[in-house]
Amino acid sequence: MSELQNPTMDHVVKSNISELSDINYDVESVRNDFPILSRKIHDQDLVYFDNAATTQKPASVIQTLTRFYSEQNANVHRGIHTLSQEASDAFEAARGTIKKFINAASEQEVVFTTGTTGGINLVATALSRGILRPGDEIVISGMEHHSNIVPWQMACEYTGAILKVIDVLPDGTLDLEHYESLLTEKTRLVSIGHTSNAIGTIHPLKAIIDLAHSAEALVMVDGAQAVPHESVDVVALDADFFAFSSHKVYGPTGFGVLYGKKDLLEMLPPYQGGGDMIETVSFEKTTYNTLPFKFEAGTPNIAGAIAFAAAIDYLNEIGMDAVRKHEQGLIEYGLDALGSIPGMRIIGDGCPRASVISFLVGDIHPYDAGTFLDRMGIAVRTGHHCAMPLMNRFKIPGTIRASFGMYNTRSEIDALVKGVERVRGILA
Amino acid sequence: MTAVQSIAEREREIVEEFALFDDWFERYEYLIELGESLNKIEDEYKTEAFRIHGCQSQVWLRPDYRNDKVFFKADSDAAITRGLVALVVRVLDGLQRSEIRDARFDFLDDIGMNEHLSPTRKNGLSAMVEQVKNYAREDASS
Ligand SMILES: Cc1ncc(COP(=O)(O)O)c(C=O)c1O
Repeated sequence: MSELQNPTMDHVVKSNISELSDINYDVESVRNDFPILSRKIHDQDLVYFDNAATTQKPASVIQTLTRFYSEQNANVHRGIHTLSQEASDAFEAARGTIKKFINAASEQEVVFTTGTTGGINLVATALSRGILRPGDEIVISGMEHHSNIVPWQMACEYTGAILKVIDVLPDGTLDLEHYESLLTEKTRLVSIGHTSNAIGTIHPLKAIIDLAHSAEALVMVDGAQAVPHESVDVVALDADFFAFSSHKVYGPTGFGVLYGKKDLLEMLPPYQGGGDMIETVSFEKTTYNTLPFKFEAGTPNIAGAIAFAAAIDYLNEIGMDAVRKHEQGLIEYGLDALGSIPGMRIIGDGCPRASVISFLVGDIHPYDAGTFLDRMGIAVRTGHHCAMPLMNRFKIPGTIRASFGMYNTRSEIDALVKGVERVRGILA
Repeated sequence: MTAVQSIAEREREIVEEFALFDDWFERYEYLIELGESLNKIEDEYKTEAFRIHGCQSQVWLRPDYRNDKVFFKADSDAAITRGLVALVVRVLDGLQRSEIRDARFDFLDDIGMNEHLSPTRKNGLSAMVEQVKNYAREDASS
């Protein structure tokens, strides 16, 4: 009731909508849209809980890919022949769909990449070319994926900039006081995950960005694990750069997006040189193409872009808010159900989380658990999840990670719980 | 009694033992049991020098050269890997270096455990097999 004492209209309307969509969420019909979910693994029904690594693809995405190659395939931006025109139109229409999906101000701010890793490397490399100076400071967190650590270490090595790392608290959240203390007049950039792939923590991103901006630092967001689970508005966040991967959002592999504010993208030097990114080439002086093409050297993943737009259409049809609500329900149910297993240790217990439960059971090695669960048809990820510093922080060799997607169900979580119980029976 | 069993004989014996179990579950239980009886490397040798980097699970392996034969003590932090290490050691322990160098471990396929030997599993087992062969190559005088 206390919540209702100070209601904003916005809050009331939103929560009503999401409750409605929860009731209306037809997970069985969603499942029917994903052909792979009918596969058997070791004669068992597949339970796919490795969505943080990559998501499965709906039929509409798969069909878009095959249709492109069977009916539309041509290179883009290069030919006046019909096929090339059609391919270029579909490719640029995909940019429009993606722009809307993240609420970017202009299509010039939507740079196509190979994925999150590609986007972060683009920004880190471009900043290393005459922008970062010795003694400049870059702030990341102790919870980052290796692909939001290593490009910055490399940038520091090339430029003499210094990397600073925000501490992780025992509950799996970031130490925001420590973060504030790291922000100085030397801070040029904060590069931060939106949501942790290893333990699922959702960071207070808006606050983190605002603090960085008041220190006059730029902010790069690794949005790989946020975009699949909630609607993201890069303008409302006021992110300067925001990278994510198509394959984690029900789209194809090898394609991704780097959003950047237009003036910043203009300011950055190009990343790779090649075809498409130039205006004129001569041996005396080459001039570069306008945004976003300045950053898109070479033939892009054309089919990937178009099929990713199909994935977005699919998500929009189901409704991002409905997906979020469904997945939050799974998380709550999963925390409860797994929590009842003796010896269960959920890493980052108590943090606000998106679609990831990372855990250990007694002394059972994740490798053993993962092997047994696989035999039961349950796909989980085991190991360090490309976040070795975070594992060291918690002094663990790795975890068992169950990560949920829009098609997962409570009965699949029951199967996981049963599986873990069985593993305990053998190994504990 | 026969003197020293050949690799092939040892492997056949393991395959026969595993054939006694009907399902994968029992086979894994047996594998883990075998791991418990592994001739374990002493804790003092669980150091960088004897560690095999596997990423997901780790293996420690220490050779002991006696004349032209090599004996192994080993361990792993994961139970399944420990069982597999025990099998590899059981097949090779006390053999001549030349025999060890040629070992192929096809029997893992026959007992349904071949997947664990893949380097992409990152469990240290495939690196261990490499290392075993390196040890067999090393100069005996050392
Ligand atoms: C948080 C986070 N950042 C970055 C990446 C890298 O994404 P990609 O491999 O698609 O470039 C991942 C994927 O594992 C991730 O989870």
